[in-house]
Amino acid sequence: MAIMIDRNTKVICQGFTGAQGTFHSEQAVAYGTKMVGGVTPGKGGTKHIGLPVYDTVAEAVERTGATASVIYVPPPFAADAIMEAVDAELDLVVCITEGIPVLDMVAVRRYMQGRKTRLVGPNCPGVITPGQCKIGIMPGHIHLPGRIGVLSRSGTLTYEAVGQLTRLGIGQSTCVGIGGDPVNGTNFIDVLEMYNRDKDTDAVIMIGEIGGTAEVDAADYIKREFKKPVTAFIAGSTAPVGKRMGHAGAIITGGKETAEAKFDALKSAGCSISKSPADLGTTLKASLR
Amino acid sequence: MNIHEYQAKEILRKYGVATLKGVMVESPDKAVEAAKSLGGTIHVVKAQIHAGGRGKGGGVKVAKSLDEVRDFTSKMLGMTLVTHQTGPQGKEVQKVYIEQGCNIKKEYYAAVLLDRVTGRVVVMASAEGGVNIEEVAEKTPEKLIKVQVDPCVGLQPFQARQLAFAIGMKDKVAGKTAKFLMSLYKAYIDKDCSIAEINPLVETAEGEVICLDAKMNFDSNAMFKHPDIMELRDLTEEDPAEVEASKFDLAFIKLDGNIGCLVNGAGLAMSTMDIISLHGGTPANFLDVGGGANKEKVTNAFKLILKDPNVKGIFVNIFGGIMKCDIIAEGVIAASKELGLKVPLVVRLEGTNVELGKKMLKESGLNIIPADDLTDGAKKIVAAVGPSKGTAPAAKGH
Repeated sequence: MAIMIDRNTKVICQGFTGAQGTFHSEQAVAYGTKMVGGVTPGKGGTKHIGLPVYDTVAEAVERTGATASVIYVPPPFAADAIMEAVDAELDLVVCITEGIPVLDMVAVRRYMQGRKTRLVGPNCPGVITPGQCKIGIMPGHIHLPGRIGVLSRSGTLTYEAVGQLTRLGIGQSTCVGIGGDPVNGTNFIDVLEMYNRDKDTDAVIMIGEIGGTAEVDAADYIKREFKKPVTAFIAGSTAPVGKRMGHAGAIITGGKETAEAKFDALKSAGCSISKSPADLGTTLKASLR
Repeated sequence: MNIHEYQAKEILRKYGVATLKGVMVESPDKAVEAAKSLGGTIHVVKAQIHAGGRGKGGGVKVAKSLDEVRDFTSKMLGMTLVTHQTGPQGKEVQKVYIEQGCNIKKEYYAAVLLDRVTGRVVVMASAEGGVNIEEVAEKTPEKLIKVQVDPCVGLQPFQARQLAFAIGMKDKVAGKTAKFLMSLYKAYIDKDCSIAEINPLVETAEGEVICLDAKMNFDSNAMFKHPDIMELRDLTEEDPAEVEASKFDLAFIKLDGNIGCLVNGAGLAMSTMDIISLHGGTPANFLDVGGGANKEKVTNAFKLILKDPNVKGIFVNIFGGIMKCDIIAEGVIAASKELGLKVPLVVRLEGTNVELGKKMLKESGLNIIPADDLTDGAKKIVAAVGPSKGTAPAAKGH
């Protein structure tokens, strides 16, 4: 049954009628995702790509029974969009938007305390359960249904890992991009806990990068509680200190935030280390024996 | 985004943070004029560059006379200042700040910053001021006192007092310190800072609490709200290629190797640098063309990479998801022709329309070396460029 989403998940799109929302909703429908409508304030009552448009998330949820939302709203308005989705009590909100001010996300995190919604992202590729449901901007065709979890802070690097697995004939249960921002909704441990419980996931590829200490915390968790094999890679071994490498969160400000420190922590937690980003698939395959 | 000390102090003054009077100057004459207008007998001459550790590098001098003000300023202007934050090449000093002196009784530390683990803003203070705070945090973490702020209500006066008393402030000075921290926090929130750091925060012999040095960095993602802060950007402090890149909406960081990289996605761009290094090469740059790259963007990216005379070859690594490989191939071909590319070019394409993209590259008649996967591409570009001058770190086996 994979994690977070499956073939029965009903999804709405916020920022539905914009260029991004339109393109990726069409792609999602083509993949088989149960898209049931979208939200664009002021365009309620119309139809877009054959689906109903609503003025508010609350109305969209009431009319369609959606349990998940994907957000393609521009950065200045994205925090508001997330909070609207949380207020409508959706189970899952996936925010693709890159460039949200950090202090906006600090407020969002506080707003979400004590509420039921799980936020994935922002600044992420999304979540996909291959063959069942695709929420986000990842190319569907590189995936293969199967039993490996893929978990990452990066977009294209996740595709790289998925591509390697698929070429080896190894399918994926659910792939989750948690995003490259310093303050996000879901961290490595949250997803690892879900994989730990999931009967359909046998092993995990975890891809981190420089900046922050989330990978070191995840290593502690893996050592203590995680029961399945983990193959790990950290991007940014050659990144200079103090420079932001594309992602808002990918910056080394202290010794624990380097690729080396994270590789070491994950290795001592018993993970199989793929020192090269090209060996993720083969390293995972070896870990299954 | 970074700004200078004198600019940070201007902002902080507006929020009621106590600072000394000072004037930014760009010539020795103006420095003397400034010192006269500030009055007093002691002045501090401070080099204005976007890096910490200036004192140790000779960028901060105490002048006891106007002659010394002139002398220090003329020596400082134009000098290349090397600190632990500038890298070995250092930074040229173009501006100097002339500040009043003060009677320092004790130096402390104060900062407001984001705690990524909790997703909250924290305010920190320490009785260990004027030193490298990272060392304090590592060796004696108990000396760095932190309070976490609830964004619903902001920093509360009781929290500011807790910090003041915890670092050993007493009586009225503690009250002044608490007020100082409240003001600093307000400036941080209002201006969307990523860090606001006062090191040192000083208690003077007269019982005042003053910001002696100030560092403010801002969240680039929030700058659309703050045109006033954007105006403080000093482009001479940034790498010219990185400034150019930001105009084309390319994420670019210059490095000191000889293999240019053009990649889509930040994580894959970093990994491309890593794999080049694993195979004995050295990357010349980090470059993420982003998800919506087109012919024009690819051409601009090529131009940017080729501006670096160290570049002896280029590795294009694209995992086309939404971005189609044929569009990238079109961009690569157009850029190569337009720029008359002379260095070896290795292209690795993967993803949507990959066969079409590869066919276009092959039929272009250009000398493009195709690669089948990441490892193949890295090996081919390293071989094409030849061994770098022994600067490549050996691949560490795990």
